[in-house]
Amino acid sequence: MSETTVSAPVSPGRAKFLRFLVRDAGVLLALVLITLFFSVTAPYFATSGNALKIFVQIAINTVLAAGMTFVILTGGIDLSVGSVLALCTVVGATVMIDENLSPAVAITLALLACMATGAVCGFLNGWISTRWKIPSFIVTLGMLNMAAGAARVVSDNSTITGLPQSFVDFGNLIIGGFLPSIFLVAVLVIAAGWFVLRFTVFGRMIFAVGTNDEAVRLSGHNPDFYKVAAFTISGLTAGIAAMVYLLRLNIGSPIAGVGYELNAIAAVIIGGTSLIGGKGSIIGTLVGACILQVLSTGLQLLGVGDNFKPIVIGLVIVLAVILDAYRERLLRKIR
Amino acid sequence: MDAILSLEGVGKIFPGAVALSDVSLSIARGETHIILGENGAGKSTLIKLLAGIYQPDSGAIAFNGQPYQPKTPHDAQQSGIRIVHQELNLLPYLSIAENLMLESLPRRAFGVVDRKALNSRAVALLEEVGLDIDPRTRVEALGVAQMQLVEIAKALSYDSKLLVLDEPTATLTPPEIERLFSIIKRLKARGVTIIYISHRLHEVFEIGNRVTVLRNGRLVATRDLEGLAVPDLVRMMIGRDIADEYGFDARVVPGKVALSVANLKRDASTPDISFAVRHGEILGVAGLVGSGRTEAMRALFGADPKLDGVVEIDGKPVAIAAPKDAVRHGLSLLTEDRKGQGLLLDMAVDKNITITDLSKVSRNGLLNRRAEAAAANDLVGQLRVKASSIEQAVRNLSGGNQQKVVLAKWLFRGTSTLILDEPTRGVDIGARREIYQLLWMLAAQQKGIIMVSSDLPELMGMCHRIIVFSKNRIVGEVPRSDFDQERILSLAYQEYVRP
Repeated sequence: MSETTVSAPVSPGRAKFLRFLVRDAGVLLALVLITLFFSVTAPYFATSGNALKIFVQIAINTVLAAGMTFVILTGGIDLSVGSVLALCTVVGATVMIDENLSPAVAITLALLACMATGAVCGFLNGWISTRWKIPSFIVTLGMLNMAAGAARVVSDNSTITGLPQSFVDFGNLIIGGFLPSIFLVAVLVIAAGWFVLRFTVFGRMIFAVGTNDEAVRLSGHNPDFYKVAAFTISGLTAGIAAMVYLLRLNIGSPIAGVGYELNAIAAVIIGGTSLIGGKGSIIGTLVGACILQVLSTGLQLLGVGDNFKPIVIGLVIVLAVILDAYRERLLRKIR
Repeated sequence: MDAILSLEGVGKIFPGAVALSDVSLSIARGETHIILGENGAGKSTLIKLLAGIYQPDSGAIAFNGQPYQPKTPHDAQQSGIRIVHQELNLLPYLSIAENLMLESLPRRAFGVVDRKALNSRAVALLEEVGLDIDPRTRVEALGVAQMQLVEIAKALSYDSKLLVLDEPTATLTPPEIERLFSIIKRLKARGVTIIYISHRLHEVFEIGNRVTVLRNGRLVATRDLEGLAVPDLVRMMIGRDIADEYGFDARVVPGKVALSVANLKRDASTPDISFAVRHGEILGVAGLVGSGRTEAMRALFGADPKLDGVVEIDGKPVAIAAPKDAVRHGLSLLTEDRKGQGLLLDMAVDKNITITDLSKVSRNGLLNRRAEAAAANDLVGQLRVKASSIEQAVRNLSGGNQQKVVLAKWLFRGTSTLILDEPTRGVDIGARREIYQLLWMLAAQQKGIIMVSSDLPELMGMCHRIIVFSKNRIVGEVPRSDFDQERILSLAYQEYVRP
């Protein structure tokens, strides 16, 4: 076999900049272009009211997609987050309407209950798929059904209303006239995820496991631990997303969250995270969620009917993956 | 001489490396021509030129007196040159017959496959290579040796004038090799010209007429095999004194036992094995591919499950259930599959190095990127890893530099005993020397080193002692004073030859 040495075509500093441009800025540029396009073409699109509406609408998906990013980075997939969210909304709402508790205590307990419920579901996803080496696609498909069923059992198949007024008020709050409270929650979740993935040992291990779990194992680690942790995080964010759902819609519903998992996956993929794992960024995920919602709102304002909208959005998702393949090739050249 | 194939000044250049340079060679019609050379000598490049996978940058090739310029493997086949590659190209879920005639399935009306014709032709082809198997059998059910014969039968089905066999015996057992050789002799008697690539020196005498040796992309010599012996071939391949290459350091003297393994049993069907390596000792592990060397090392390291056995480090028994236990006790494993199991290919050099112990470059779970870069730069300099920066993805490094990164990651962790499985496979000669020097440095630091290799001259050049595996058993131990290629080889074959 002959060895070929690859000479680096660009200097390290420039490579870093090019890498940023191709990997991260590409999605952002797409968002800016799409936003500009609708600002010019769609009536009412470039208004502060519409901007606020978009911020409110992306909050839930952004939180779900943040957790999903961890799972996809390890090379897994979590199809259960939509129905885990439903289960968490009914659990949270049930705790919150307990009349023996003061509103502050009830809200705190509800938050904890949501997060715990979600985390347990996520842990089970991760534990089952690593323990018995089953593809997470199948395990989380099972969890999708189980959590949906559990949500009906807990709620007795009915919608739960009557949340504390202070909670409802917080959900409607727009801080400083431009920052909806629930969007702030979403941004905080993204910020936390970004910090963990970028600056911590744990985050580094998530990327490493997604890149080559066998090499990680033979380097003296337990890759399953990180996979289970990623699923637990995804469950946890589903629980937080459930609280955001309660803040926004003020009801706990066993039929909430249908199809949310697909939107979350779409946001992650459009954001440039590789489905095979090991590559991606959570900032990209936030941008991906924005692109999806801007498209949806923009198309609506342009008068594209509800029948055609999904066709366009579907095309965009496929296009994003095609672009991702090209981006990979480009990145290889730069590195 | 009636030449069926002739090369005139053929060269091939890759960015940064000359793979083949000014090779002139002619193959006589009907001969079996052996091509020898170390990894990186240019054998694979030569084959790929013949196969139409690469095109030469200089020189000319003529086949049957006509200029030969295949642009694709299909062109090569059309001309009558058929290559049996080292990695077999059969479709596992199709039948033998379908595989044999995939490119021209006999058809009846409406494109329906004529099963009867298909199977009867397949039977005839299989007979030629001495395979007595129902052609309707799916290929996945075959052993490697049988697959190899199917590949050869497939080559024959196209009425090939020239058959190129690329290291066909690499994964075969001795009886299977015997069978392959008798078939090669039969084909030769029928007038088929064969180019046979190998790096098993002792086997080529049985079938070859002439031999061509390549080294560093250049043709060293073409000779009649008659009158030559193994040492002559070795000299031609390596081109200098073996001792120079490996730099055996007599000042390094083995001390106390670093690691000992007693009655290690992988599963119910394998015999148990025991061996030990001392501090400052390089212990060689010889044996054929598939003799259980790699498996034993993986079981010792906790990479694969084991049934039984006691591992002692510095005299104290340790429990190793998973690689993390082994690593905690100071063991390191450089796997034979560097890309699949050793590296995070798409991650940067620094991240590959620090993965073994991130606690050294972090505090309270937070990474200190500056400390990480400093540590990585330090090791990259020490091991002379050639990379544009520590941020370069490991995928884009050469094999030798990738191997240095694997070594660096274990040095970063700090290790007392290293297990190296084929450490120089696919590594060019320059980097190989540097790796040898590094191993001597580590041995001088009193680390224990276990070196598994298929390259016998390498083991004999590097090791204080060699243990030999044969069919999952350790059949012998040879001290440096008794090193002898024939002796070690006969030990390696011992369990296979026995009835």
